[in-house]
Formats: sequence, C-alpha cells, structure tokens
Amino acid sequence: MATKVVMEALSPTMEEGQVTKWLKSEGDKVASGDTLAEVETDKAVMELVARGDGVLRKIVVPEGTTVEVGSLVAVIGAEDEDISSFAVDTAIPAAVESSDGGAADAAAVPTGAAPAAVSGDGDRVKASPVARRMASERGIDLAAVHGSGPGGRVVKRDVEGAPPPPAAAITGPGGFEDVPLTQIRKTIARRLAQSTGPVPHFFLTTEIDMERAVEARAALNALEEGPRVSYNDIVLKVVAAALLQHRACNAWWQGDHIRYFNEVHLGVAVAVKGGLITPVIRNAHLKTLRQIAVEVRDLAGRAREKRLQPDEYTGSTFTVSNLGMFDIDQFTGVINPPEAGLLAVGSIVEKPAVEDGRVVIRKRMRVTMSCDHRVIDGATGAQYLQTVRRMLENPLAIVW
Amino acid sequence: MPKSFDVIVLGGGPAGYVCAIRCSQLGLSAAVIERDKLGGVCVNIGCIPSKALLHSAHLANTIRNHAKRLGIHVGDIRLDLSAAVKHSRQVSEQNSKGVGFLMKKHKVTVISGTGTLLPGKKVAVDTDTYTAAKAVVIATGTRVKGIPQIGLEIDKTTVISSDEALFLKEAPKSLAIVGAGAVGMEFADIFNTFGSKVTVIEMLPRALPIEDADCSDAVTQVFQRRKIDILTGATIKSAKVGADSVVLEVEVAGKVRTVKADKVLMAAGRALNTEDLGLEAIGIKLTDTGFIETDDDLRTSVDGYYCIGDISGPPMLAHKGSREGVHVAEVLSGQRPQAIKYDNIPSVTYCYPEVASIGLTEEQCKERSLDYQVGRFPFSANGRARATIETDGFVKIIRDKKYGEILGAHIVASHASELIHELAVARQNEYTVEEIDLAVHAHPTLSEAVAEAALDSLGRVVHT
Repeated sequence: MATKVVMEALSPTMEEGQVTKWLKSEGDKVASGDTLAEVETDKAVMELVARGDGVLRKIVVPEGTTVEVGSLVAVIGAEDEDISSFAVDTAIPAAVESSDGGAADAAAVPTGAAPAAVSGDGDRVKASPVARRMASERGIDLAAVHGSGPGGRVVKRDVEGAPPPPAAAITGPGGFEDVPLTQIRKTIARRLAQSTGPVPHFFLTTEIDMERAVEARAALNALEEGPRVSYNDIVLKVVAAALLQHRACNAWWQGDHIRYFNEVHLGVAVAVKGGLITPVIRNAHLKTLRQIAVEVRDLAGRAREKRLQPDEYTGSTFTVSNLGMFDIDQFTGVINPPEAGLLAVGSIVEKPAVEDGRVVIRKRMRVTMSCDHRVIDGATGAQYLQTVRRMLENPLAIVW
Repeated sequence: MPKSFDVIVLGGGPAGYVCAIRCSQLGLSAAVIERDKLGGVCVNIGCIPSKALLHSAHLANTIRNHAKRLGIHVGDIRLDLSAAVKHSRQVSEQNSKGVGFLMKKHKVTVISGTGTLLPGKKVAVDTDTYTAAKAVVIATGTRVKGIPQIGLEIDKTTVISSDEALFLKEAPKSLAIVGAGAVGMEFADIFNTFGSKVTVIEMLPRALPIEDADCSDAVTQVFQRRKIDILTGATIKSAKVGADSVVLEVEVAGKVRTVKADKVLMAAGRALNTEDLGLEAIGIKLTDTGFIETDDDLRTSVDGYYCIGDISGPPMLAHKGSREGVHVAEVLSGQRPQAIKYDNIPSVTYCYPEVASIGLTEEQCKERSLDYQVGRFPFSANGRARATIETDGFVKIIRDKKYGEILGAHIVASHASELIHELAVARQNEYTVEEIDLAVHAHPTLSEAVAEAALDSLGRVVHT
C-alpha cells in the first residue's frame, strides 16, 4: 500500500514550503522516520520525514520548487507496486521559484485533491459521537486526546479524563492571569481600533543616559569571563526586569480578555536574509546577563541559518528590536500581536546634554516603546519606561 | 493423546468451547475437558431446548388466536408435549454434535471425564494428568438448585427443576413455578400453552424483577390475559411435598394463601459448580457471593489460572461467557483486547412477548440522579406489527439529556431478542440517539419502532 509524501505544515504558521534538498533519491529504500528532504519555510529550514516504509518510487517536487502545504511531494511504495493512480497528483505545481530565495507569489496550486494531513488518514479524528459532543462542549481539541477505544478511537472516558484545554502551552500553570475587560477598557479598545486599524498603536520615546551602562559593560567584559556582553544584552536584561514591576505591559490582547503574564518571554528581533524573525528568550526574568548573552548569540545565529524550531520563535510576551547597529537614532516598531508592547532601541550616540545648567557631552540612547492602546495607556507605558531608564542609568537598580 | 497443551479449558459449555476455538485460531494448542455433553447446559438443558419448546408454544398460540383471522381454518388443535420435547431434543443433539464438529475442525482436543485442578497449571482426569503451558481456564458453569430451607429440595418428580421440565412427557394439570425471572416466565409460557394451570410465585415486587418496570408490567398483563397467575412480593412459608402433589403456604400482601399443584418447578437461581475442583488447594479465591474472584482480564488470584462464564460472576448468560472466553484467549496469545463492556450485555427473556434490554433501567437512572429523557414507541402503532398481529409491547429508549448518549434500551415485542442488537451496536460505539435516527430503517419493519422511540426521546416522534 503506497504512502503519499505530502508537504506537511511543519510550523503553525506555515502555508508553503520550498524543497531545498532531496536527501534520498528515487529508488532508495526508506523507512518510517527517515529524513527525506530539507524544506525551507517562511521561518526556518525543516526536515521532511517519511511516514511509511518502502522504496522512494517517485519524486514529484524537484529541488528548488515551492509548493503549498498539503501538496503531493513524493510517493513511497513497494518496489513493484503500481503507482500510476498517483499520476493525477504528480503534475508539477505551477509556481516554480528557484532557490534564489525570492518568495514565490501565491505559491503552487497542486492538482487534484491533495490530501490535507500528515498521517494518511485525512484530518478526521476517530472519535465516538458521544466523545465528540463532550469534547466540543468542553472546548477540548480531539486531536490532542489519546484514544483508548478500538483502533485508537477517542471514546467518552478519554475525553472525561482529558485536561482542560491548555492556555498557552508555553507559560505553564500559574504563569499568567486572565482578566476580563472592564467597561472602560472595552470602550477604549473599540474606539481606538476604529481609527487606527486592528492594533491601535501609540508611541513613547525617551532618551536614556548610557554613561554608567557603558562603564558597567566595559568592566564586565574586562573580567574576560566568558561571553562578551553587548549593550543589547544589557537592554534585554533591563527590559525583562522592569516588566516584572509593570505587569500591565507584559500582556496579550485576547479579544474578550487580556492575559497578564507573571513570566517574561522576550522576543528579540533578528534580521535574517530576506526578512525578520524574533527568537524568544524564555523566562528572561529569571536569567542572568551571562545566560541572556549566550542564548541570544545562539538563537540569532541559528535564526540566520533558518534553523530555529517553531517553539523557539513563538510565545513571547514582549519584544525588543534594536537597530542601533545600523546607526538609527530612533524608530517606531510595529507590535507583534497578540503582545501589547514592543521596545525599539536606537544607537548610543555621544551628544550634548545639560547637567547642572552646563552643557556636557554624554552617551545617550533613544528608545521608543510601541503600545497597544487597548491594553496599555499612556501613563502605564510611561511609567514602564521610567523604570527602564532608571535601571539603565543606574545599573544596580536592576537588582534593587 | 498428548498430555501437554498451551491452554486447558475445564468445561465444554458456551464459555469453554468458544475459548478453546479462539485459542486455536490464535495458534495456541487447546484441550477441553467435558464430563457430560459438549455444549454444556446451554445446548443440552438450557437455552437451546427451551427456545424450541417456546416456539412450539408460540406457534400453538398464534394458530389458536389468529389463524381464523388470517384466513386459515383449522379444527381444534391438539398439543402433544412429548412430540415438542422430541423436537427440542433433536435440536440439542444436533447442536451438541455441532460443537463436537467445531472442536475437530479447530483441532481442539476433547477429553471426556471430570477434571480436578492441580497446582502448576495441571489438571487431573481420572488417572491422567494434563499440563498447560500457558494457562488453565475454569469454565465449569452452574447447575439447578432448590430451596431446601423451606422443604423444596429437588426430588425430580414432584419438586422439579428445568432439567426435568425439559423432558416431561405430558404437561402437569397444575404447576407452581418458584421464581419469576427469565427461566420461570419462559416455563410459565410453555406449560400454560400446553394446558397446565400455572401459578408463578415471586419474592420481589414484580415479575422479571431485574428488567425495567415497564417491561415487567407489559409481560405481566399479557400473562394475566392468558390466565397465568403471578404472585409477586410473595414468600413461601412452608411446603408439603407429596408423591404426586405439593401444597405451598404463600404469604402475599400480609395474607397467607394456599397454592396446590401437581408439581412445583424451582426457577429461583442456579448453584455454582465450584466444589470439588481443587480451588482451595491451589489457593484460588472466591468472592463473598461465591463466584471465583477475577480481574478485568479474567485472571484468578493464582497465576496461570483464568475463569470464565457463569462462575466468574454475573450476568450468568451464555453470550457473556463466550465473550469472556474470547477475551481470555486473546490475552493468552499476547494481545491486549479491548475491555469487556459489562454494562453493554443484552439480557433477553424468550417468553411471548419477548423482553430484551441493555444498559440502565429507568429506576437505575433515577437512583444515579442522571438527567435523562425517555422515548417510547408502542408496537400497536407499528404497521408491520399490525400486519402480523404482534402488537403487544413497545420500544423504550432512555437518552442522556446532555450528550444524547443511549443510557438504556428496553424492548417488549415478539422479536425483541433480534431488535435489541441495533441498540447493542449503538451503545458499544457510543452512538447517540441521533445516529439511530439518521440510519434509515427499512419499512415496513418492527425495527422502525426503535428509530421512532429514539425520535420520541428527542421530542419529535413522527408516527404517534
């Protein structure tokens, strides 16, 4: 019985993928679990794995071709099996964009009824009618419930024993609190969304004196103890610490409620070829400066190679974007929904400042915070930035 | 004859022989030790012959009551119990031989004799000892019993059991039946048809006490129409047993009345065949009620010994024993079969009208404070039933209000024993009443009443 190899949704947001390299050739014996090919998605390079045993009889999508999720990519079967019935699906998809990295416009349209899902069963979950009803009523995803009935069917007792739907699997129990919207919140949200589109942004800019931060960094790096700490690492540490004191800014807009997090998962914007990705430092509030430095290096490096796993670039509660290395003085960043805030960091510049009535030359850095007005109000955001400034201007305040 | 097998089954009734066949199918060598006839009680002195006699009775009643209306003229019909018994014996013989044939076909070794269990997965039959490599499966079943405490020990002449009732040459002029469960009611039907004046005595408040109250009521009404007396809530105070008659003092509703009959048929339960098996010596434990203690996979308290059928616990039904036999065979061959759903075993009484039920009764739903809705459909409104003049009875389906789960189904009808299986399949697969309705039922059939009852439970019955 032949197995169809289809372009799988290798990440939650994936809609199409480009086969960059076939690791097996037509005629090779393959076993379930073997890596067949490397596939590049919008975010990373992933592995396409065989879901059946046999011989790789036909490769349908050649290297360099981009196809939609669900399209037939290859066929595995017995050596002498007749696979001509797959011919219908084997017409090479329309959009062919070779591997110069240009994103295909509206990707390939596969012919015929391309099977949607991974396991060859279609995306029907086998479940008894009672189990289905119970799951639907309780908001439980049947696909996530282990089936103990005949043939792995989900039955009533499986649904009865299933845990209630996990919120964000990322934060875990106790990591957040959902607060229903108050009337004033609802009104602000409704009115502001009307004028600005889905996320009503507003922006707060402040200029921070970085003299002490510069000194602290130099002193730390002079110890020569392991990774060199960058200014951005220090900013990340400060942003996380300050968020613990301003939970109102560490939140997600959820439509009918706001999720306030007790943990900080920091998204760090990284420029990659052709775009941008934000790997996440999980539990940044608990990590030392050194840990953050090491992690950022690792994540950024792999991000550029497009080798991040989906759970490494999803689930952030707040994002930091730094264009200082490009000599940008300040900029306004766009919030990463459903987060409520984002900090855009500019370069550190020596410039005149006033101190005790005299003009002095100081190292200054401008940061701009973008806020979702449905979640964060002006004063709230401003207070957060005050804390950020305080910590950067007086680094010991981080542990105060 | 080899002395060693993978599995040795003690008892060749519906539990035992089915277990042996399944073992064989799964590549395990099996032997069945049977001291009497293959097929056990069911084939020889239980299910099979009683159903043959019940058919004679039903046909007789149909002719008596409906022949003229259906355009068939017969004179006075004459009933011959010994001929009917002869037919039932032929059927039993045929079936028992059939089991023997199945044993040969599936290469199951049959050992005739009485087996005694020995430690170490061994069974002794006379002077021979047989060893099981994997397991010994105990399937010795049950036997008839009287109530010696009130002077009703079975003497096989005046105080009889089903064993004797199935072989009577003529129907007694009057017959008292102790126990209004399935066995009592079936014999009441047979003997009433063949001319006996029948009085059924039941201790609990109604006939067919474990069925849903509506079913008990329906059958009681039909029996009363046929002039079968049913005394419920009745306790036998004393019994005077003579050579050819018996006098019972029965207390009903605070008053004592005398019931005289030529014979009394004991149908108030069966005794477990757990004595003289060697259970104690091996250490196999019994439950408080005397059954052999087993776990979900029918293992006893001693490794290597399993127990199936009547003696492993209620319900004491042949099909439950067979299912346990299959389950054990699969466990022994290394599979992990789905657990047996003991709450989804149909229970059937084969008198006219038949009663078939599965799942919870309405009383049980009330006891468990379940949020339920009942749907009913009477056969008096069913076209097929009217055509065949079988309008006694109804279908009753109890639906869980929240998810539409079928909590219980109860059918009283001429063919209830067949109709119940639609509900058995539905409940086995956790279908709701909606799925019953969505499956199109052929017209005109009695089964339509099942779909209509399902609809009634949803408040949208069409044909009443």
